[in-house]
Amino acid sequence: MEFFLQLLVNGISLGFLYALSALGFVMIFKSSSVLNLAHGELLAIGAFLFLVLSTWAQMPIVISFAITLVGTFLLGFVVERLFLRPLIGENLIEVIMMTLGLGIMFKGLLLFIFGGDIKVYPHFLPEALNLQFGSIQIPSVNVAAFIIGIIFLIIFGFFFKFSSQGIYMRSVADNQSAALSLGVHVRRVFALSWAIAALVAAMSGIVLGILNGISVHDLSRIGLKVFPVVILGGLDSIGGAILGGVIIGLLETFTGGYISTSLREIIPYIVLVVILMVKPYGLFGLVEIERV
Amino acid sequence: MRKFQLRPCGNFNESYEEELSIFETDFGRLWLLVGLIILFGILPLPFISGPGVLHILNMIGIYSIAAVGLNLLIGYTGQISLGHGAFFGVGAYAAAILATKVGVPFILSIPAAGIITAVVGIIFGLPSARLKHLYLLIATLAGQIIIEYVFVQWESLTEGANGISIVAASLFGLDLGNDRTFFYVIFVSFVIMAWIAVNLVRTRYGRAFIAIRDNDRAAEGMGIPIFRYKLLSFAISSFYAGFAGGLYAYYMISITPEPFNLWLSIEFIAMIIIGGLGNIPGSVLGTVFIVILNEGLSQITQYLMNVGASASVAISIAPLREFVFGLAIVLFVIFEPKGLAEVWRIIRSNFRLWPFSY
Repeated sequence: MEFFLQLLVNGISLGFLYALSALGFVMIFKSSSVLNLAHGELLAIGAFLFLVLSTWAQMPIVISFAITLVGTFLLGFVVERLFLRPLIGENLIEVIMMTLGLGIMFKGLLLFIFGGDIKVYPHFLPEALNLQFGSIQIPSVNVAAFIIGIIFLIIFGFFFKFSSQGIYMRSVADNQSAALSLGVHVRRVFALSWAIAALVAAMSGIVLGILNGISVHDLSRIGLKVFPVVILGGLDSIGGAILGGVIIGLLETFTGGYISTSLREIIPYIVLVVILMVKPYGLFGLVEIERV
Repeated sequence: MRKFQLRPCGNFNESYEEELSIFETDFGRLWLLVGLIILFGILPLPFISGPGVLHILNMIGIYSIAAVGLNLLIGYTGQISLGHGAFFGVGAYAAAILATKVGVPFILSIPAAGIITAVVGIIFGLPSARLKHLYLLIATLAGQIIIEYVFVQWESLTEGANGISIVAASLFGLDLGNDRTFFYVIFVSFVIMAWIAVNLVRTRYGRAFIAIRDNDRAAEGMGIPIFRYKLLSFAISSFYAGFAGGLYAYYMISITPEPFNLWLSIEFIAMIIIGGLGNIPGSVLGTVFIVILNEGLSQITQYLMNVGASASVAISIAPLREFVFGLAIVLFVIFEPKGLAEVWRIIRSNFRLWPFSY
């Protein structure tokens, strides 16, 4: 029973990490229908920027955190401007190839600068966040991930529901030409969504980095783990991403705990294929009835 | 004796057959003949290509077959697959297992590998029944990861991480063990497969694929059973991958799960993007580009490791290979989305239209 509870807790915390990583991905997809294959590398860029600022430049944690967020926000703008803007109106495959190429490029660059081995952050999370219920432990990183996940969910919920930019984003996602004709600045929406996505990715990259150490290979692999999460939750649903993340996290830890550890890495993708065949728009995705 | 045609100044096609013709003039046929003579008669000669060059040529031949298959799927049918590297691996493993455990002769095991891969491809292509390309991409990505896992874990069949060694190929009692004889096997298969692909896109099946790519709803409205054709395209493309994979297994003699990873799938996609989507000669050009780029970059790394700089510099430079790779894809997508085939066409028409090349 204790084992079960520990697995449950581990699964939920892992799930929140996945959900957090998936948020930025959903953000881009929701506003511009771009399937971002460079998401893992965006996570890594944020994590490494924070590493450089906090350990090499010896800045205080809060300041380096703030600079990381601002920096990745600007990076998102630049990436959209330089690489995605020329492709507005082009075929899907070109956009996907672009994000794929970007991902490889970023990965090569990060490997070139930082090398492939694992780096660690200095220890800075307060001990008070370490929770203990009986024999079950929850490390402070997971609590932080949980809190950040909830905060972002609420912020994004309000952002998409009430702010004008958020409503523009939803309208662009829904129908780009209709939004254009109603005077929505579509290009600005795209730029903003990339900027916000890069910011959120940096945030999740840092949390993942605190937990597992920062390595380019691991983080870009997590960028692929995003797919089962978002397909399960529905590609364009932020709440779905959270729930999908938790389900995938639970599935992974329980498979690892009860069945086999080698199956653990693969089970999300098996679920992914099954979901695609049975309920392709996920649990909360927008169902577009179009049979072709 | 038929009339020897020269190219008219402009497009004067009067029938659909003329529009579909592969060669606009007989010069094209002549050049193809010259190309084939160079390929089979001159390139494999020992004083032209040493062992290193011959190895590169053979890799180009093998990858070209798979790239042509992927181009049929992505470039002609518009279905994106990120699992081509794994399908290539399925072909390699199928050929190796058939050869070692069942004892199937070389000439049968290669096509059989293709057919087995086609079946596996259909399984992962099934989600395309209800879904558009974006979801198919994700399904094939999952396929890639699952197949990689199976290669490592199904030890009774695939020997896990140790890999399988197979005896060298022999055909009608002829030993095909060395690179120079296998060159002919690879390139004869390549010519046949490319010939099939070029002609396939002119048939009703090929036209249906193109219709699906251009507008799937309109294609369905015109009476094309979309699901069946998508699966067919998927099967054909996987067959090409499996066929090439089988050749790879025989060429490499021993295979392990490592080469068939996501990176290989990305390389295949890069080949056809850089070569030109929806263009069979383009996929060959793209393959040549990628293989030579890969080889060139690793040569530079090796050179640095041996001669000038210290080993640590060389190791730190190695990731630049990935960077250059990504950069090449990004630049091609932005500046020449139709790829090298389009560059080649522009160069050709510049010569043809000179000095009035506008």
